Amino acid sequence: MMNAYIEPITGRYINLKIQDVPYRIYYEEAGQGVPLLCLHTAGSDGRQYRALLNDEEITRSFRVVVFDMPWHGKSSPPSGWEREEYRLTTEAYTNLIMTVARTLDLENPVVMGCSIGGRIVLNLAMQHAEELRCVIGLQSSARLHPYYDTSWLHHPDAHGGEVCAGIVSGLIAPQSPDNDRWETLWHYMQGGPGIFKGDLYFFKIEGDMSDKLDLIDTAKCPVYMLTGEYDYACSPEDSRAAAEAIPGAELIIMSELGHFPMSENPEKFRTHLLPILKKILAAESR
Amino acid sequence: MKIEALPELVNNDAALLHRGRYLTTTFMLEIGDKQHIVKIHEGRITDVTVAGVMPTWIFALRASADTWKKFWAAVPEPGYNDILALVRFGRMRLEGNLQPLMANLLYVKEVLASIRKLEVK
Repeated sequence: MMNAYIEPITGRYINLKIQDVPYRIYYEEAGQGVPLLCLHTAGSDGRQYRALLNDEEITRSFRVVVFDMPWHGKSSPPSGWEREEYRLTTEAYTNLIMTVARTLDLENPVVMGCSIGGRIVLNLAMQHAEELRCVIGLQSSARLHPYYDTSWLHHPDAHGGEVCAGIVSGLIAPQSPDNDRWETLWHYMQGGPGIFKGDLYFFKIEGDMSDKLDLIDTAKCPVYMLTGEYDYACSPEDSRAAAEAIPGAELIIMSELGHFPMSENPEKFRTHLLPILKKILAAESR
Repeated sequence: MKIEALPELVNNDAALLHRGRYLTTTFMLEIGDKQHIVKIHEGRITDVTVAGVMPTWIFALRASADTWKKFWAAVPEPGYNDILALVRFGRMRLEGNLQPLMANLLYVKEVLASIRKLEVK
């Protein structure tokens, strides 16, 4: 039997303004060293990085910071949310990440994001290279082909939490352990109404980066990409196409992993992540 | 035919029956040129038959025999592990009134995946 213990993670709330709108944002952090800011997937929250925050081999050299986007997890939606349809945009997402990074004094951070996070880090590398050490894109793509009707994600004829989990369940690799699979789905079951769908507005419609990838200068901001082979939303082919369009980008296809590598199978994921983190530290000491 | 094992696979799984307890429907499962009608009452599979003339169903899942074979492998390869993966790559068509499917998506996926247990045995 496991003894009771307390994890070395600290959770706090920051209040900040983005374009004059006040937000209350929940974040967690662990470790010290090079700042590593982590971005969760659409419709989920920072709990996806629970294993990373507890990974001593990482927190020994990195200050790992994970925040819940507004409308997600323990972060609040802004005042007046009940009068608007939530729709994430490239500009809003970029401003959010950079504001959080600056507010928490994350100097020259590594930014790692998955799915929508894997997309936005490409935009960060393009627009904010001088402020970032490098980016790590998990399940990164420049654009996606819609393959289901997203109106079901926010519809009175289907339970939002159940249908969101049902939509993403197959994106997890068959080999991933049941406890991590169902924890990953639980986060989707807890998403607010219309939030997953609103994130997908950025992912599938507004945030197409196909024409901009060659503007990324990997000499200024290196781009590492990791993609699980079982992901069919952002498939290995989608990541390959993106990597080929970014001169100098490094892509690794991860076997027996799907769309949520850090959450669905942390043990397997870290075997791919650790060499990249080592490389980042090595560049540091040069 | 593997799908004839559905009643046994599903009706003995208490957790799955609980997940599907509000679903009563009839759907069509097309395997290549063969159509099968699956009847569900409150989460229990009550009938699996080869479709006769003029079959009636609420929603349908259509795919080739080869696609279903790969889908039902004990450990399916990437692109074949989920019905939405099949849809994404143009290997499956979903038709009809999709509301009962979408409202019970985890249940229906688990029902279809239960056939993989036959492969493991």
